[in-house]
Amino acid sequence: MEYTLGQEHLENIERILQKDFMELGVHCVVLIDMAGNVIASLDNGDMTQDIYSLAALAAGNFGAVSAMAKIVGEEDFSLLFHKGEKENIHFSKIMDDFLLISIFGKETSLGFLRLKVAEANEKIKKIFRS
Amino acid sequence: MAFVNLKKKEVQAKIVYYGPGRGGKTTNLEYIHAKFSSRIKTEMVAIKTHGDRTLFFDFLPFDLGRIKGYDVKIQLYTVPGQIKYNATRRLVLRGVDGVVFVADSMEVRREKNVLSLRNLQENLATYQKNIFRIPLVLQYNKRDLSEQGIPLLPVETLEKQLNSKLKAPCFEASALMGTNVAKTMKKIISMTIASLQRDLK
Repeated sequence: MEYTLGQEHLENIERILQKDFMELGVHCVVLIDMAGNVIASLDNGDMTQDIYSLAALAAGNFGAVSAMAKIVGEEDFSLLFHKGEKENIHFSKIMDDFLLISIFGKETSLGFLRLKVAEANEKIKKIFRS
Repeated sequence: MAFVNLKKKEVQAKIVYYGPGRGGKTTNLEYIHAKFSSRIKTEMVAIKTHGDRTLFFDFLPFDLGRIKGYDVKIQLYTVPGQIKYNATRRLVLRGVDGVVFVADSMEVRREKNVLSLRNLQENLATYQKNIFRIPLVLQYNKRDLSEQGIPLLPVETLEKQLNSKLKAPCFEASALMGTNVAKTMKKIISMTIASLQRDLK
């Protein structure tokens, strides 16, 4: 099952990521699919991480968490948050097949980020469905 | 589930090395990582147990360069071979575009190969994929062990047991020595790309 996203769709997605996340001060934001492919990624220029390995691990991690959810009787856990010393990671599921990953520091409030994630989620859904 | 990015002119495809535990899947990737270090700029990601067995998967991104104007990125994965890890094995197969089945040539592993191949068929089916249609290459690994007097299954027996219906391309290999590791990889990549081209037309 291959899928293709056209230039217009990708530009719209990147615009949302730029406006809702990068302007908020997030260090890096990546949209991936559950197979671990990178659909779109933006960063502030200071990030040196390997996005492709991050995407593979994030998809695997999310898959494992979904399996855990089923064991405890939940359909899914739709978001995940990992806290570090300097960097934090927030994962949020978009529809059944996509995952939005935000990497951010102390200067960004988690509550505000979650709000933005929820908004972006709706906007990106619309793009995928159009 | 390959992804084509029309904006960046990039294709990402996923190839999974499958097979019974201790069969040499990780060794295949380790050899590729060492051999093609000029094309692979990142470290290989491995999630393993303390005993060095694969717990979740190994991951190696491989840049193929440009094909028909598209930058092709191949993501190589292995699965944990041990029977108990089927849930994680199934997760890794999500979105797979091509499979290398690494069979263990040792006589004592005869049944394990068959079970693992059947398990691959079942797990692919959960994603509505058919083992007879997906790009698939068989690798009969550990052929070098015959020199040490370890009883191996003849290739004809392996063919009959595993490949009589599938009729997939197969290679005799030694992942440890590197024999036919690159050939196996090139074959599965070319089959996967050809299949993507067909589907995208």
